[in-house]
Amino acid sequence: MTSRTSDTNHDAATLAYTLRLGDNALVLSQRLIEGVAHGPELEEELANANLALDYLGQARMFYTYAGELEGEGRTEDDFAFFRDPGEFQNVLLVEQPNGHFGDTIVRQVLFDSFYLLQLEALAACNDKRLCEIAVRAVKEVRYHLRHASQWLVRLGDGTDLSHERAQASLDELWRFTGELFSGDEIDCAFRDACEGPDLGAIVQAWRDSISTLLAKATLEMPADGWMASGGRRGIHSEQFSYLIGEMQQLPRNHPGASW
Amino acid sequence: MSNDWPLFEVFIRARSGLSHRHVGSVHASDAAMALDNARDVYTRRNEGVSIWVVPSVDITASDPQDSDALFEPAADKVYRHPTFYEIPDDVENI
Repeated sequence: MTSRTSDTNHDAATLAYTLRLGDNALVLSQRLIEGVAHGPELEEELANANLALDYLGQARMFYTYAGELEGEGRTEDDFAFFRDPGEFQNVLLVEQPNGHFGDTIVRQVLFDSFYLLQLEALAACNDKRLCEIAVRAVKEVRYHLRHASQWLVRLGDGTDLSHERAQASLDELWRFTGELFSGDEIDCAFRDACEGPDLGAIVQAWRDSISTLLAKATLEMPADGWMASGGRRGIHSEQFSYLIGEMQQLPRNHPGASW
Repeated sequence: MSNDWPLFEVFIRARSGLSHRHVGSVHASDAAMALDNARDVYTRRNEGVSIWVVPSVDITASDPQDSDALFEPAADKVYRHPTFYEIPDDVENI
């Protein structure tokens, strides 16, 4: 294998992986923004808005890097606003609707606990740019996880009603956790080419941290059943098309607009 | 729901070595969440490095109606101020 080929492989693997990171962050950001003006309290809405902005910032960094790797002049806006729903490769978990407060918190906990581990592993990979982004994002996501975990404990170990609803949210969303760890060719290619995250190593750490947290929240970890998948192949749920439609309609209707 | 969350006063220290200053208040379900809420509401623009939250009910404040009796007598006691010492030239730091 000439070094040219391995460079191309390295770049292709990095590009595919980076786009997925950007997609996860962007979709989750869009979902959280939908929660502004619908939160239980003003302070929670500010928290949600801060979280959404953090994810949006990460998406921008990932997309900008992806545009450079691709080398075809696509900007972050092109990736965010001018791709069709089938081209987004985010995991299904982040596109789940906000539902009630318990649904949002459970979704955040399940994703952030995985994302934190993924970012910590990325901070040790051999792609310099992704390392830098990861080091910065880790601090943000550490706070996100802390905030969501505190809420989960209060909801789970709260009143009968909050406990029942939190458990129901957990049971509903558990089926989207399998996709986080079922690595496909893109994950393997990136892991091999760039010393990227090893999902096999991460999944046990994730299970441990989740089970500790659930115990504290007096919630039961659901049994592993059928796991949903397809997000990373561009096959999304119906509500995803509404999310993308709302997000993209302004730039698509007025391409090139600025203010 | 908002009637049930207690009020907390928030104090932020801008840089190490300075004092915590009162910047406002937040509602929160309890003290730990009050820290998070204060972080989200009052440190968005890099205002600080340390947060204190205190339940508002734990703050005892002076009554404005008593301010005459509490504070005016000190206004004309100039001998209490440390301004009558002449510092010799050789003393650099005091």
